[in-house]
Amino acid sequence: MRKRYGESEVVAGVDLQLRSGECFGLLGPNGAGKTTTLRLCLGLTAPDAGSIRLIGIDVIADPRQARARVGVVPQMDNLDPDFTVEENLVVYGRYFGLADREIRARIPELLEFAGLATRAQARINTLSGGMKRRLTLARALVNDPDLIFLDEPTTGLDPQARHLIWGRLKQLVADGKTLFLTTHFMDEAERLCDRLSVLDHGRIVASGAPRALIAQHIEPQVVEVYGDGVAAWAERHGRSLAERCEHSGETVFCYTHDAAPLVAHLEPRHDLRYLHRHANLEDVFMKLTGRELRD
Amino acid sequence: MSRAARTYALPRLSLRFLPVWRRNFLVWRKLTIPSILGNLADPLLYMLGFGYGLGALLPEMQGISYIAFIAAGTVCSSTMMTASFEAMYSSFSRMHVQRTWDAILNTPIDLDDVVIAEVVWAASKATLSGMAVLLVATLLGLTQSWLALGLVPLVMVLGLTFASLGLIMTALSPSYDFFMYYFTLALTPMMLLCGVFFPIEQLPDALQAAAQALPLTHAVALARPLMNDTMPSAWLLHSVVLTLYCLAGFYLAMVLTRRRLLK
Repeated sequence: MRKRYGESEVVAGVDLQLRSGECFGLLGPNGAGKTTTLRLCLGLTAPDAGSIRLIGIDVIADPRQARARVGVVPQMDNLDPDFTVEENLVVYGRYFGLADREIRARIPELLEFAGLATRAQARINTLSGGMKRRLTLARALVNDPDLIFLDEPTTGLDPQARHLIWGRLKQLVADGKTLFLTTHFMDEAERLCDRLSVLDHGRIVASGAPRALIAQHIEPQVVEVYGDGVAAWAERHGRSLAERCEHSGETVFCYTHDAAPLVAHLEPRHDLRYLHRHANLEDVFMKLTGRELRD
Repeated sequence: MSRAARTYALPRLSLRFLPVWRRNFLVWRKLTIPSILGNLADPLLYMLGFGYGLGALLPEMQGISYIAFIAAGTVCSSTMMTASFEAMYSSFSRMHVQRTWDAILNTPIDLDDVVIAEVVWAASKATLSGMAVLLVATLLGLTQSWLALGLVPLVMVLGLTFASLGLIMTALSPSYDFFMYYFTLALTPMMLLCGVFFPIEQLPDALQAAAQALPLTHAVALARPLMNDTMPSAWLLHSVVLTLYCLAGFYLAMVLTRRRLLK
């Protein structure tokens, strides 16, 4: 897919293929082209070049039929504030051409899934942020979709609410649904996604299973060092003790296959503090997309 | 199809707009009393206040009592105002603030359907408002014959027209404040120049000519004779002008909304 806005090509040749029943993650910094990619996939905007098929349906030729089989959890909550929990589901189901009887038959199950069984008659403004997200997720299931798009589904949630959403998403995958998730929480991607792609400047810069991506791009051990004079330390010692050092803000990230000499060197020092850990997806992400701030 | 061709394509009419219309109706039903009060009390107060207050000083206007004169104008102006408010403030809320349209567009409903739903919904509310004023006027003995039923289709077309014009403003608007321009530069002048409160013949020539170009003038020119048992002169001309405003406004609202949202 390609999509250009004025001078900038926001999506510059993205090629994605999802497997049925998997959770696929699209990662990328702000402005990488994630939202435009989603809009293209849903037929909400037309590509300048390329083709898109969802569940075998040509999205460009027949976006309506494609969306009938798909659920969407948008980044921004757009539940109807004037309606109750139940009314939100009924009204949304009607947009799919479902009869009220069909929708009402599904509601108990959907509310159960969302943990809102006792809140059917509650007004939206009485729900917590986590409840609203779960209702948005339940709403995306009202048409029993095969494929569900989730645009940063846990942004703005507290850790408890986030874990609850993760549990529900895993349950959906276990039930055979296919998930397409965008996120910039790396632990979320690492936990949930079977495969993922990293998008930057409108291009896919890496794809694969989370563990494989880490093994492929990053030395297995990471030591984060911080404290006064850490920059000088990195120049004098860090670069020789680690295979690779990256300086970001107050912290130096040292990447290595064997962290023992580094840790032995740092342990007696009182001016510097350190954290020794395994390499993770965030390290891959930072390496591929750079450490500078994106606005 | 190129981007331009999609933007300027004729609107695709279908009944898929109905679930969206029903959504707006369901919200309205929850707020019926304040909503009806707002759409009805205001025009009725004008009609009764001016009609009886000023009417006592004016024995007759164009051969009818002043309150009968102003009743016909009020049916049209309340229709205009209700459609405009709904298609601007309420549609803007749904489009931009609450993101209701975004949620809908993720389903098999597309933007053409949403725009149609918004226009028809605002026109429905406007029709209710115009009909309520007509009903009160009839109860007060201000309609003279069954010819007044001609106001039913008239008010519907007028509602669709001002819903479309309001939606044009919504498609162009960065914020709620923007609508003040349209109120001050379009709706208020129409209230005052289009024959709602006094015959446009009272205006200087230049203003009369300007009034002839405005849609509300043609609606009032049809409504007033119809309420007073007279077939309007030049009814065909007035109907054609209104219909053209309606169709052009609807098409432009569609194009501008697509341009804003289907980038």
